[in-house]
Amino acid sequence: MLSLLRGKREPIHDFPGGIHPPENKARSTAAPIRPGPLPHELVLPLNMHVGAPARPVVALDETVLKGQLIAESQGRISAPVHAPTSGRITAIEDRPVQHPSGMTATCIVLEPDGREAWAELEYRPDWAATDPAALLEQVRHSGLAGLGGAGFPTAVKADPGEDTRIEQLIINAAECEPYITADDRLMRERSPGIIRGIRMLAHLLRPDEILVGIEDNKPEAIQALRSAAEGTDIEIRVVPTRYPSGGEKQLIQLLTGKEVPAGDLPARVGVICQNVATAYGIYRYLEHGEPLLSRITTVTGDAVSHPGNYEVLVGTPVKDLLACAGLDADRLGKLVTGGPMMGFTLPEPAAPVVKTSTCLIASTPEELPEPPPEQPCIRCGACAEVCPANLLPQQLYWYAKNDEFERAQQHNLMDCIECGACAYVCPSHIPLVQYYQYAKGEIRNQEAETAKADRARQRFEARQERIERQKAEKEARRRERREAQRRKQEAAPSGDDGTRSDAAVQASATSAGGGSAASGGSDGSGSGNGDDESRADERARRMKQLKVTYNKANKQWKQAQAAFNKAQRDGADNLDQLSANVDKLRTRADEARAELDALVQEAKTDVEAATGRDLKTLKKEATDAELAARRKAKEVQAAREAGATEQAQSLEREHEQLRQDADDKAAWLKRVMEEQGMKEDE
Amino acid sequence: MTILTAIIALLALAAVFGALLGYASEKLKVEGDPVVDQIDAILPQTQCGQCGHPGCRPYAEAIAAGEEHNKCPPGGEQTIQELSDLLGRDFLPLDEEHGEEDVKRVAYIREDECIGCTKCIQACPVDAIIGAAQKMHTVIEDECTGCDLCVEPCPVDCIDMVPVEETLESWHRERPPGVGGRPETYIPVENLA
Repeated sequence: MLSLLRGKREPIHDFPGGIHPPENKARSTAAPIRPGPLPHELVLPLNMHVGAPARPVVALDETVLKGQLIAESQGRISAPVHAPTSGRITAIEDRPVQHPSGMTATCIVLEPDGREAWAELEYRPDWAATDPAALLEQVRHSGLAGLGGAGFPTAVKADPGEDTRIEQLIINAAECEPYITADDRLMRERSPGIIRGIRMLAHLLRPDEILVGIEDNKPEAIQALRSAAEGTDIEIRVVPTRYPSGGEKQLIQLLTGKEVPAGDLPARVGVICQNVATAYGIYRYLEHGEPLLSRITTVTGDAVSHPGNYEVLVGTPVKDLLACAGLDADRLGKLVTGGPMMGFTLPEPAAPVVKTSTCLIASTPEELPEPPPEQPCIRCGACAEVCPANLLPQQLYWYAKNDEFERAQQHNLMDCIECGACAYVCPSHIPLVQYYQYAKGEIRNQEAETAKADRARQRFEARQERIERQKAEKEARRRERREAQRRKQEAAPSGDDGTRSDAAVQASATSAGGGSAASGGSDGSGSGNGDDESRADERARRMKQLKVTYNKANKQWKQAQAAFNKAQRDGADNLDQLSANVDKLRTRADEARAELDALVQEAKTDVEAATGRDLKTLKKEATDAELAARRKAKEVQAAREAGATEQAQSLEREHEQLRQDADDKAAWLKRVMEEQGMKEDE
Repeated sequence: MTILTAIIALLALAAVFGALLGYASEKLKVEGDPVVDQIDAILPQTQCGQCGHPGCRPYAEAIAAGEEHNKCPPGGEQTIQELSDLLGRDFLPLDEEHGEEDVKRVAYIREDECIGCTKCIQACPVDAIIGAAQKMHTVIEDECTGCDLCVEPCPVDCIDMVPVEETLESWHRERPPGVGGRPETYIPVENLA
């Protein structure tokens, strides 16, 4: 170890805590990277990354080519999905995904045709001469998302914002988690590509320093990287093997001594950290035009006969990959994805390998036995000693256990990186990380609920306000109308108006054939000022009622008529009775209709009395004004097109006047009709 | 003489501080009742009216005025506990008269059956239903508080209250069973050869 550190210009800093679990890496590093299987279907979840899920841009049964975009990113923090091989889209549906809950998510299902026919790719061999902003836009379409396992969209991470100066670009090649050797093998075999990818990232970010952090348990990879980086300004910094040195914040602290503030991003302290496989992905994309179609996944564990690293097409079902690695299903115990420390047991082997799948462990029951029962905390403090984030795991455990989430947050629960070091050393086998995950989940859900409650409160208050306002407006309009009526009545000799209305009412009463108490309030109409208003209201109400009566009676009459006709055809013997029924309903409908007509007539008369013009004239005037305004608008348009600006302006003014006039007339007509209890259609 | 000086000094001090206090009470006057806001922040904002008040804020005002704080079924025991802590009152079990604590639900309109009467739109306290007369209506699921108020006015009974389903985002691990139990997750590295 010391020999590797010798000759470094910069000292390596330190991070607190950390553990040395058995590595178990040798098994999978022996063999070179092998190609993964071509399964009979690829399942591509729309959210293989952190952020908003991608939106499908292909239709069912569509044939797609290798590398073709099949789902585009939605919003800033998102990443697109490309077809990993050519074939046919057979479904877009919910499928199980790699998630500890075993729940489903929307996936695009692709049936490979085996032709591996490529779509047309866009190369960028001239990246070094391209403007970083344009290049970044290009990277957005690569589909790359943190291949180290976190899955944060690479383009978003590579865009810290205009005014953030990046001092260090750190390439994370630590790969500290036991079992996983994907990055190790990648570096041994493809170092030149990685170095080119790092230079592309540096071109985007313009950092002062480029550091590659790698643990000293990978001498071959270090050698390969060193020789590839010869002559560049990329520094390979070897760090001692200690879990979790590959944690983003821990690696930054190791290499630069800088601590990323709680709840903040590394860019805050002038650092951007990218995984080594991501750098290789950028190289593949820019120099070969290949979006992210496959990744290197470690398959290991005692239940597979060919452990090693496989270059797997994204979307390959886990079970196909395991079969390819020689799975002995009888010996399979737990199937763990993502490494033994931070990974989880995969409940559903049909779930696909995604962009973030670093490792699959097909273990035998002897290899990963059932957990022993949890025992009481003996307050030994071992967990606090190994916590790389300097937290108090024991305190957090008590708070999470007792649902004291507020206290847990005060003790910075949210800064826990869930590395599992505390649970690993706990002599009482307490699943500490699970307690923290539980508490974090509860806190997040509570926050979401509070946010929702706040929104509901705002919406409720806005609605109350709107209802109040509408009520007030209605009241104001009513008052205004009453006021206008009163003024008009005062101005005009009241007798005239009164007699006319009276006559109209009498006429209506007669024509209604002495039906039910027609047009109530008629007797008061001549005497009081406010009565006009109530009379119009009353009439409107009555008109509505009559309409309902008429419609009902009319419908019943039609039905009765139909029944009668049918009876006649069949030669039934109750024809008389039916006929009487038809007549009765007919009369009822006619009566209602007649009364309704009379009321409309009466309303029209009232309009004439109030305005001095009959409704027809009013309507005509309104239509004429509207027509004139429209004609003028056309003239304005024509003048504009002809280029006569001055003329157009004067015409515009005329048009405005006409428009105003037309609007006024229309509004007036509407108001008069409303006042008289008529709807437009009468 | 000394006595007099002391008295004068004390009087002067009293006058100065009195003036200061008087000024402060005018200048720093708090409008409204801050307790109402605090209570309102604890209430779940479903605006369901199960407490007998037309919304959460009116109930918050009523609680501040002395009404029992155990009439909110959507908030359940947790809300009662938080209100008890805030107000220094004793914890009371949920008043069954106003309903029982239930899982979270949201309204769902069976759209084929909707006749477009707008009655539910008018009933919704948070404007979470969209649609127009004679047109199908639908619920904005994210904004629905599950208050039930739209169910009763529907003339064709096409509104269901469906339990909120767990999503990949809302899922989280269960609390481990505790001492003696076997947890779901376990870091087994130390057992490896």
